[in-house]
Amino acid sequence: MTAIAVESVSVSYNGTNVLTDVSIDVAEGTWMGLVGPNGAGKSTLLKAIVGAVDYDGSIRVGDANAPDDRKAMALRLAYVPQRPVFPVGMSVFDFVLLGRTPHLGPLAAEGSQDIAIVWDSLATLGLTEFVNRDVASLSGGETQRASLARVLAQEPRVVVLDEATASLDVAAQHEVLELIARIQEERGVTVLSAIHDLTAAAQFCDELTLIDEGDVVATGVPEGVLTESTLGDVFEPTIRVIEVEGSLVVVSLRTEGNPQ
Amino acid sequence: MNAGRPAGSRLPWWWIGGAAALLMTAVVVGAMIGAVSIAPLDIMRSALDRLPFIDVESGLSERDDAIVWQIRMPRVILGVIVGSMLSVSGAAYQGVFRNPLADPYLLGAGAGAGLGATIAIAYGPDLDWLIDPVPVAAFAGAVLGVVLAYVLGYTVRAGRTAVTLILAGVAVAAFLTAAQTYLQQKEADSIREVYGWILGSLSTAGWGEVRLVLPYVIVSMIVIVASRRLLDVMSVGDTEASTLGVKPARIRLILIGFATLGTAAVVSVSGLIGFVGIIIPHTVRLMTSASYRVIVPLSILLGGAFLVFADILARSIQAPAEIPIGVVTAFIGAPFFALVLRRSKGVAT
Repeated sequence: MTAIAVESVSVSYNGTNVLTDVSIDVAEGTWMGLVGPNGAGKSTLLKAIVGAVDYDGSIRVGDANAPDDRKAMALRLAYVPQRPVFPVGMSVFDFVLLGRTPHLGPLAAEGSQDIAIVWDSLATLGLTEFVNRDVASLSGGETQRASLARVLAQEPRVVVLDEATASLDVAAQHEVLELIARIQEERGVTVLSAIHDLTAAAQFCDELTLIDEGDVVATGVPEGVLTESTLGDVFEPTIRVIEVEGSLVVVSLRTEGNPQ
Repeated sequence: MNAGRPAGSRLPWWWIGGAAALLMTAVVVGAMIGAVSIAPLDIMRSALDRLPFIDVESGLSERDDAIVWQIRMPRVILGVIVGSMLSVSGAAYQGVFRNPLADPYLLGAGAGAGLGATIAIAYGPDLDWLIDPVPVAAFAGAVLGVVLAYVLGYTVRAGRTAVTLILAGVAVAAFLTAAQTYLQQKEADSIREVYGWILGSLSTAGWGEVRLVLPYVIVSMIVIVASRRLLDVMSVGDTEASTLGVKPARIRLILIGFATLGTAAVVSVSGLIGFVGIIIPHTVRLMTSASYRVIVPLSILLGGAFLVFADILARSIQAPAEIPIGVVTAFIGAPFFALVLRRSKGVAT
């Protein structure tokens, strides 16, 4: 089953093409990573999928057709942008409670079931002791966990993450990626995430799509996408892909001023 | 395991109780103070006596009863209505624009009302009117100002974002204020009256004004109170709010519409009382929570109490003369707000 079907999608900003005729399929229950250089169009593709930018072509998430029905879409799909907004003064609990929005009528208040789901989401992400804290005062890793808790509270089938771990140190990055993997596994959700760290992408994603200059360059299992020749064309020729304890590790060698 | 909301997510009963008690105190003190002082217990007994099925000996003489119920109480009640409406409109504007500097006059409601009132004051007396033209013109001007700003913001190619709308409001307000200033200078005879109106006053208040504005205020307050959860959703920005299944542009239009309706109604009878719409929601935000589930109801109660106290000062400091209430709201509001700001952790946007 296909969870996200993107067919011939093009996006342009002020006459400049950012995505050209992009098609990808994300299978249900899998984790697809979008990789590629800065400005390749990864974030734009994610924004098109969540209905945040206008596009030509067709995007379907389950039965919902973005951006026709916002509510049906929000019931299926949760999104964490590259720089989520954490309102100053809002408690972590209230922030996670926002995830219940698509499940409520426009003027309805949250019921006890909504509150219980929020507590459950907070417990899954280890945030129970932070409930009364100002969400804007959390550390980088904690804010990402708060975002993921809101995603869980939304109870989606599909999670779209734009650089969920961009500003985190290596330990916090791994912690967040492990949490995403756990959510994917335990709740059977489909994950589509833009990810910069190619080594992490190889370890966590079931499939990868490599995008460059608005085009899909390669798609498939990490071993097929992360090859030295493909990455060399897209990034720089000095990229090396090595295997450490059964996992792919992508490194870039220094070419100038190398002390060796 | 955990059942309800944690403390940081609840509206504490003592805040609601305290704010309601403060509002009641303001109403009683407002009815007590004046050239003739009247005992608070007598006022409360008299108020009880007026409730259906309750019969209490009020202790007020006929003259005092008339002073309380025909002169002071309509003014006090209008103060409650105006203060509550301006505060809750300010909260709604700050929520939909995610801007702490937003106030009910942001999109041209104030400038439009000013222009309308100036036209009515300058040219109205020459004509034969069935009703006082100033409030009608002020109401129409306020609504027209916001409609102009919205239409201008909506037609900008860059999109219907909160920022485009604010900039459109700035342009419309500047234009309307320029027109108002021109008329005011041209019709120099009316300058004093126009200026007095702009600074705001509750001195002409009677039950007629209360009846006139109450329907608008009730409707717009019901809409804003019912939308308080959606204001929290708006606080994460348009993109995230829309991925949570709401339509930010539509919520903004509805809330601006009703906040403007209520603001236009109160401004038409009170003039442009400034500052209330910013400081009350912010004071609540800084002292309690950034959630609009807390800010909206508390702004209604505290905004009403604040304006009644400001009006008591406006009519007592230089009694029997009155100073404009807008001067008082800024004079006591600004230092108080500065104090709250100094003690706070930060301002939510």
